[in-house]
Amino acid sequence: MLAAYLIKVTLHRIALSTIPELQHKILRLLNLIYHRQIIKKMEEKEKDKSRRKFLLDFSALGLGSLVASSLLTESCNKIGPGPGKKITLLNSKNELVEVDSLYISTLNKNLSPTHNSEGRKGLPGKKFVLVVDLAKCKNARKCMDKCASVHQLRPDQFHLNVLVMKDSEEAAPYFFPKHCQHCDNPPCVKVCPVDATFKRSDGIVLIDNERCIGCRFCIAACPYSARSFNWFEPKDAEKYKDVPYNIELNVPQKKGTVTKCSFSADCLREGKLPYCVSACPNEVYYFGNVYEDTVTNGTTGETVSFSDLIAKNAGYRLMEELGTAPSIYYLPPKDRAKMPEKDDLNI
Amino acid sequence: MADLYRKEEQVKKELLRELYTDLTRPLAGYSRSGKIWIGFLLLLIAVGTIMYVRQLKIGLGVTDMRDIASWGLYISDFVFFVAVSLVGSLISAILKLSNINWATPLTRIAEIIAVAALFSALAIIVVDMGRPDRLLNIFVYGRLQSPIVWDIIVVNSYLVISLLLLYLPLIPDIALLRKNMGHKPRWQQRMYKILSVGWQGTEEQFKILNLSITSLMILIVPVALSIHTVTSWLFASTLRPGWDSTLFGPYFVAGAFMVGAAAVVIVMYIVRGQYKYQEYITNYHFDMMGKLLVLTSLIYLYFNINEYLVPAYKMKSAEGEHILGLFVGDYSLMFWFVQLCGMLVPILLMIFKPFRKPKPLMIIAVFIVIGAFFKRYLIVVPTQLHPFLPIQNYPASYHHYSPTFSECSITLGGIAFVALVITLFIKFFPIIPIWETAHEKGISNETINN
Repeated sequence: MLAAYLIKVTLHRIALSTIPELQHKILRLLNLIYHRQIIKKMEEKEKDKSRRKFLLDFSALGLGSLVASSLLTESCNKIGPGPGKKITLLNSKNELVEVDSLYISTLNKNLSPTHNSEGRKGLPGKKFVLVVDLAKCKNARKCMDKCASVHQLRPDQFHLNVLVMKDSEEAAPYFFPKHCQHCDNPPCVKVCPVDATFKRSDGIVLIDNERCIGCRFCIAACPYSARSFNWFEPKDAEKYKDVPYNIELNVPQKKGTVTKCSFSADCLREGKLPYCVSACPNEVYYFGNVYEDTVTNGTTGETVSFSDLIAKNAGYRLMEELGTAPSIYYLPPKDRAKMPEKDDLNI
Repeated sequence: MADLYRKEEQVKKELLRELYTDLTRPLAGYSRSGKIWIGFLLLLIAVGTIMYVRQLKIGLGVTDMRDIASWGLYISDFVFFVAVSLVGSLISAILKLSNINWATPLTRIAEIIAVAALFSALAIIVVDMGRPDRLLNIFVYGRLQSPIVWDIIVVNSYLVISLLLLYLPLIPDIALLRKNMGHKPRWQQRMYKILSVGWQGTEEQFKILNLSITSLMILIVPVALSIHTVTSWLFASTLRPGWDSTLFGPYFVAGAFMVGAAAVVIVMYIVRGQYKYQEYITNYHFDMMGKLLVLTSLIYLYFNINEYLVPAYKMKSAEGEHILGLFVGDYSLMFWFVQLCGMLVPILLMIFKPFRKPKPLMIIAVFIVIGAFFKRYLIVVPTQLHPFLPIQNYPASYHHYSPTFSECSITLGGIAFVALVITLFIKFFPIIPIWETAHEKGISNETINN
């Protein structure tokens, strides 16, 4: 029985590391085919001038999205029902397409109730990715502030920490916003004895603070020092006393449990960008879905191709040699918007 | 001829009576110093308990552990106690299975140290938990991937086998106590009666007993090796510089045998002095324990050279920073104390016979135990203070870790608990096996039964 279990675990691990790649490839292919079909269909319908309402199926949206930019930004919600109105959208191939507003339906914000067991599954057809443009960061720290305020964090607790990095004595310093890397081979998830911290199908690593026993093995195991512990009663514990626990927001925080960056899974479920991404004033963050190959800038709302962005700017992942396979990519800090100064370094 | 036989029988009986009187002397009652000692231990345990209750109320924040160094003294205590407990298997299984019989009078000392240390190890790991109220989650949601689950399985298996290895050889002795302790309080007599499980001392019973003990001795060796190997994997299974080592399993096991043997030396010195057991725990025993300590320390030295000098030769960036911190940095004082006073100097001294005499050997053993304690601290703490990414935006205190009063008093409480368990055991059971010693002196089972 033990042998069977071990085989299962091994297979699971292999699956964890290989399937996203495979899935990625297959889905990109599917995306391409699906995408062409939709455009074709629309053109035919346009010719017919038949105004049959063409509702986009949102589960299909997960596979191949025509309205890429509307998926993650809220722009979709603002579109009125008036006929004949043309809307310009950007697709994943970076082409602008004009679409009649009738073909677009509003995104229902409350897709499903976020029951905490649902929160363990992940959003179907998604594999989230964050791209951090290190050249753009000016250490405004709006992301950190927003993160700390929504996640009920004390000033010495970080889900997100903007560091001043200096790779060697001669190397130039640069600002480095550090999140949980949401690894595909997460060292923290492996060591958790009770499955309190887990990996979802959409790539997000979450923690269930109603199950965590507070052994802190995950903190010890994380090479990125991305996790935090509630050593005391959490901030504003009294205020959050009666708030029901949301596993995707990890609030209310609980004394004696671990807390961490959740990629703002609660926002993603509502089709919004993560808190830090939309709080940034300096165009640092791009967030999106690898399967769609699109990422959206949190400041400008501009949607670009993820692979192009990485290819053009030589994007890289943190400490690739550890084999953790992070979900965050960094664009090198070339031509920085602001050079870190002495005051910025807060040791 | 019959006369001669009867005479010999008479001599043997006399010998046994003497043996019994000697070896049950600690059970007679409590001396004043004994009462003070127990009171002192209870006080330490009480202070530790009060501080723990306070910790439960306020949170683990009463310690100096924070997000950077999130494991501290408690985890070092745990590793230390598990290490000490390993000696049970060394003395009562490995030596016996190799037909080395000089250690027979020491087996019970080794086993009770093992059991007491394991109790403390299990208690301290619960103390370290942020949510001890969710302890059962390990059984409800336990995942076999986690080294913690492996540790729980092997440590508890080791505890069960150790308890059996302590208890089974005790049964014939308890039967003797049942017969001869009529003057003791009712509950104590009842305890002996229950624990002696109707032992009559027949050939058949001895055969079953010996077979069971031998099976347990064989069984305990792999379990013992796994408890400390798995405990080392709590660290070695991570990617952190200073822990990310393939050597950790044998390195921990070697260190454990060393500190455990030293702990046995200390306890046997105290027992011998307190109850005038010079006849049973002789200078020869100390000499042999000294030699055993040299052997285990040399093995440990070998692993230390591998563990520190090889990375120091390469000076890989993160690893190098960790090594420098130990050699010349914040932890250099503790590091060199541990290496020199806790290992190198003891080895050099113990090579010479005069230092294997009881008193010098005991003093050396104290240094080895203290060194071993700080060694665990050096394994657990400094690594966490050198993470891959810089520690920034945290309060300045996060760069250091120094245990608070809470942590120290709970640790002392844990150590006091180990001492208390050993003390009370000595007060209720013969610490040197009566029947095994009698057998060695050529007294037959028949004589013992009558």
